[in-house]
Amino acid sequence: MTVTIAKERWSGRCLEAVLGTGSRQVKVGGEATLPFLHFEGEILNPPVVALEVFDASPQEWPDFLCAAYEGVLDDPAAWAKKCVEYGADLVALRLTRIHPDGENASPEEAARVAAAVAAAVDVPLIVLGCGVGEKDAAVLPEVANALAGKNCLLGLATQENYKSIVAGCIANGHAVIASSPLDINLAKQLNILITEMNLDPDRIIIDPSIGALGYGIEYAYSIIERVRTGALMGDKMLAMPVILLVGQEVWKTKEAKTPDAPEWGEQKKRAVLWEVATAVALIHAGGHIAVVRHPESLKHIKAHITKMMQPQQY
Amino acid sequence: MLLIGERINGMFRDIREAIMKRDPEPIKKHAILQTQGGARYLDINTGPAVPPEEQPEVMAWLVQVAQEVSPLPCCLDSTNPEAIEAGLKVHRGKAIINSTTADPWKMEIYFPMAVKYGAALIGLTMNEKGVPKDANDRLALAMELVAQADAYGLPMEDLFIDPLVLPVNVAQDHGPEVLETIRQVKLLASPPPRTVIGLSNISQGCPNRPLINRTFLAMAMACGLDAAIADVEDEELVNVAATANLILNREVYCDSYLKTFRRL
Repeated sequence: MTVTIAKERWSGRCLEAVLGTGSRQVKVGGEATLPFLHFEGEILNPPVVALEVFDASPQEWPDFLCAAYEGVLDDPAAWAKKCVEYGADLVALRLTRIHPDGENASPEEAARVAAAVAAAVDVPLIVLGCGVGEKDAAVLPEVANALAGKNCLLGLATQENYKSIVAGCIANGHAVIASSPLDINLAKQLNILITEMNLDPDRIIIDPSIGALGYGIEYAYSIIERVRTGALMGDKMLAMPVILLVGQEVWKTKEAKTPDAPEWGEQKKRAVLWEVATAVALIHAGGHIAVVRHPESLKHIKAHITKMMQPQQY
Repeated sequence: MLLIGERINGMFRDIREAIMKRDPEPIKKHAILQTQGGARYLDINTGPAVPPEEQPEVMAWLVQVAQEVSPLPCCLDSTNPEAIEAGLKVHRGKAIINSTTADPWKMEIYFPMAVKYGAALIGLTMNEKGVPKDANDRLALAMELVAQADAYGLPMEDLFIDPLVLPVNVAQDHGPEVLETIRQVKLLASPPPRTVIGLSNISQGCPNRPLINRTFLAMAMACGLDAAIADVEDEELVNVAATANLILNREVYCDSYLKTFRRL
């Protein structure tokens, strides 16, 4: 009596996206199976982890998170170098200063900062806008221009503002983050609209707008899972890799922000584990790029990925 | 939902004349139109006008001409095993053999042929006695086809059971029996065989043929139909297939669903 290992025969596979240039280039996606099921299909690349860099010293971060970047919080280029020292596969620059309700920095100023950060590190760069669609649509093409040929990942492009951002990416050889509000139908539609502008499908990364652990992670989990099964069943407009903006969600939760809560234990441990648990769960759902903030989170997540990449063959 | 374009068939006058003159243009035209229209396979049938001894050569020619302009694989449609094999020899990709009946002597020819060429096979739920009256008799024959697939080592997903659609004007009582057969075939094995129909048969000799075809396609899909040999140059018919696909949750919804269904 033998046991036959049940192996799904998928008809499709995920697209492989290449980011950055040179020796620290990062490849994501390309799987022909569900996450880490090495026995069933090829897994070309491990998921990767990025650390975030702000263009201005963050105001609301807890002390122990700031402490990890002590001395570089006012210098995005030095901060980015620090991230690479910590082992980040990519650096995610967040342009907070362009926010219209804040400093409202100009596109040219943002482009200058982005260029300085890109020059400081050799890992691929992700550039995230301020989240105000109109402003991002004005700033990101300028950033794309300043980073021409560096093969960066720019976003977020939404159904409302994707046109100028995608045009900037096409003209300057970048990939784009296509963002949709926890809605797989809109995610697919946005990918169609973007490819109709003639950006290659393997130049798109899906941002499903995740929720953190305890704050809607299960919605994100099932959407990411559906994206992966869609890709494996041959749906080309769902075959793009998925980015997880973990840090931005986790550091909003009260579990990460509250210092005094005896029933929850030590804040630092709790906050880091909140990032790790959110990222790891969503990597198992099918996420490819996890963007986190604490270097210890990065370390734990990478250790987990290394373990999961050890192939099991039957 | 797998649509198999029916148009390259010698029963149509333009194709018959093209075959007689060995004029590739009409074949190419319909290969391209059907590819753009949403077909995933091109049915290839020499038609009855070609004498049996010429059928292998004509089949091979049609396959090559069609695949010259279309990336699609073909569904080789003939009652002549030599014509089918001639088509398989020149075919690129995974072909479908159309078809075998449940007669033992035919199954002995076609199942090994499908396995040898890595092709899928359409099995008709009929034998020398003709088309069965009801779903139960159709299922009994489907079971024989399933058993042969198992015996010859043809993957169950490569067996397409065709429950035989008859025209609604002269064989109205067969409609519900066909729908019931499609439903039940899925219970015969795990993984189950797939199902296919020759859709346009439902409206032979009737007025408003496109309306009848479209309506029946949606109904059959609701019963679990996997594939149909159909008129994919009927845009509204393809829209029905795309829409039914969505409602059955076989594809993730998006606003451009009519377009994504047609994209290769």
